[in-house]
Amino acid sequence: MIRSRNVWALIATIAAMNPSLAVEQSIVLASTTSVEASGLLADILPRFMAKTGIAVNVVAQGTGKALDTARRGDADLLLVHDPEAEQQFMDEGHGTARRQIAWNDFVIVGPSADPAHVKGGSDSIVALKAIASTPAPFVSRGDKSGTNAAELRLWKIAGRTPDALNKEKWYRDIGGGMGQALNAASAMDAYTITDRGTWLSFKNKGSLVVAVEGDPRLLNRYDVIELNPERHAGAKLVAAKTFADWLVSSEGQEAIGSYRVHGEILFNPSSGSPK
Amino acid sequence: MHDFLEIVGLSIRVSLTAWALAAAIGMPTGAALAIFHFRGHRIVVVLINAFFGLPPVVVGLVLYLMLSRSGPLGFLELLFTPASMVIAQTILAIPIITALVHRAAERAWARYGDELICDGASRLQAIPEILQIIRADLVTAGLAGFGRTVSEVGAVILVGGNIRGLTRTMTTTIALQTSQGDLTLALSVGAVLVGISISISASVFALSGQARTAGSDEV
Repeated sequence: MIRSRNVWALIATIAAMNPSLAVEQSIVLASTTSVEASGLLADILPRFMAKTGIAVNVVAQGTGKALDTARRGDADLLLVHDPEAEQQFMDEGHGTARRQIAWNDFVIVGPSADPAHVKGGSDSIVALKAIASTPAPFVSRGDKSGTNAAELRLWKIAGRTPDALNKEKWYRDIGGGMGQALNAASAMDAYTITDRGTWLSFKNKGSLVVAVEGDPRLLNRYDVIELNPERHAGAKLVAAKTFADWLVSSEGQEAIGSYRVHGEILFNPSSGSPK
Repeated sequence: MHDFLEIVGLSIRVSLTAWALAAAIGMPTGAALAIFHFRGHRIVVVLINAFFGLPPVVVGLVLYLMLSRSGPLGFLELLFTPASMVIAQTILAIPIITALVHRAAERAWARYGDELICDGASRLQAIPEILQIIRADLVTAGLAGFGRTVSEVGAVILVGGNIRGLTRTMTTTIALQTSQGDLTLALSVGAVLVGISISISASVFALSGQARTAGSDEV
C-alpha cells in the first residue's frame, strides 16, 4: 500500500520541521485584549526578551476570562484592568503582588451625526442618560471584560441595572472583544465605551468619533498580578516575577511610555503619576 | 513579512500534521468498519457520521478543560502550544475521513469482499486491499479532512490561545485583524488561505489523476 508509506514519511518530515525555539524560558501572560490589540505588548516584549531571554506568550482574553484562566492554573502572570474583579481575585487568595503599571482612560464614542447630542461633553453619566433617552443604539461588550465592567458601573450610577438594560431594544450586548464592539458600533451607528489604546489603534472607525472624554470616572488602570505559589505551584512564578518587576522598573516604564500610535501616547506609565 | 511567513508556515505545519494523523487513523478505521461487523457497529457508524459536524468550538472547549493545568491531562503541559492545536484538528478531521472512507469501503466490500476472502486473505489483510481499491475515494476523503483542519478557527483559538510567534495561525490572524478593525489585512490573509487550499487540492487531484492513468485497472 503506497499511500500509508507516504503518510508516515510526511509525518516524519513535519515532525523534523518543528522549529526548536531558541528560547531558554517562556511564560504565559493572560492579559486584557487592549494591551495586545493596541500593539503595546508586541512593541515592548522584544526589549524584555533581549534583556532576559524570557519569552512572554500572550493570551489576550479580556480581564474576566484572563482571571479565570489564571484561577484554573493556566497562566503564569496577569495583566488586567478591572479593579473590582482583581480585588476579588486577590481576596480568593490566587494572587500575591498586585501593582499598577500604566493607566489611560475610557472614552465614549459614537456616530458623528450624534443623535443623542452628547458630543463634546465630559460627564459620562449625563451622556449615558442622554443616549438612553434616544433610540440610538448602544453597543455593550457583554463579555465580563474590564471595559464591560467599567461600562456597567457607569450605567449603575446612571440608574440602570444590567437586567433593565438587557430589556432595552437599543442596548446591544454583542458578547465580544473591544474590536468586535467597535466594528459593530461602526456598522450600526451606535455609541459604545472603549479604552483609548484600542480606539487610537483601531482602523475601521467608519463614522465613529470621540463623543465624551475627560471624566475622572473614565479612568482606566492596568495592573500586573503575580500568582500565589501556594495555589499555583505549577506556574513559572520566578520568570513571571522577573517580567512583573521589569514592567514597573524604570526601563519597563520607559518602554510603555514611548509606545505611540500616530504620535499619541496610548498608555501612561504609572511611575510618573500613578492614578 | 517574516511574521506573516511564520504564520503561514505554522498553519500549514499544524494542519498537515493533524490531517496526516487523522488520515492514518481514519482511513484504516473506515475500511475496518466496512469489513468487520460487531455488536454496536451501527451505533459507531451513526456516531461517526454525526461527529462529521462536530462544532470546533465544543471540541476546543472540552480539550481546553482536559489540557488545563487543573484538568486531567494538565501534567502534559500542552495547553497554548502548537501540539494542542494539532490534537484539536485531528479530532475534528477523524470523523470526516472515517465516515467518507467507510461509505466507499462498504460499496467496495460488497462487491469484492467474497473474492478477497476466497483468495485467502484474512479480514485484517483485506483492509489495505480495500483501501487500495477505493484509492480515488481516499483522495476525496483526505481533501475533505484537510479542508476541515486548515479552515477551522474555533478550536485552535481556544486551545492555542492565538499567541504571537507561537500559536498564531492564518485563521486566528484573520480573527485578530478583524478585531483590530484592519479588514483589508484580514481579507488579504483570507485570500492567501483560500489560495493555499486551492493549490493543495489542485495538486492532489493532478497527482491522483496521474496515478490513475499510469497504472489503473479496477473500479
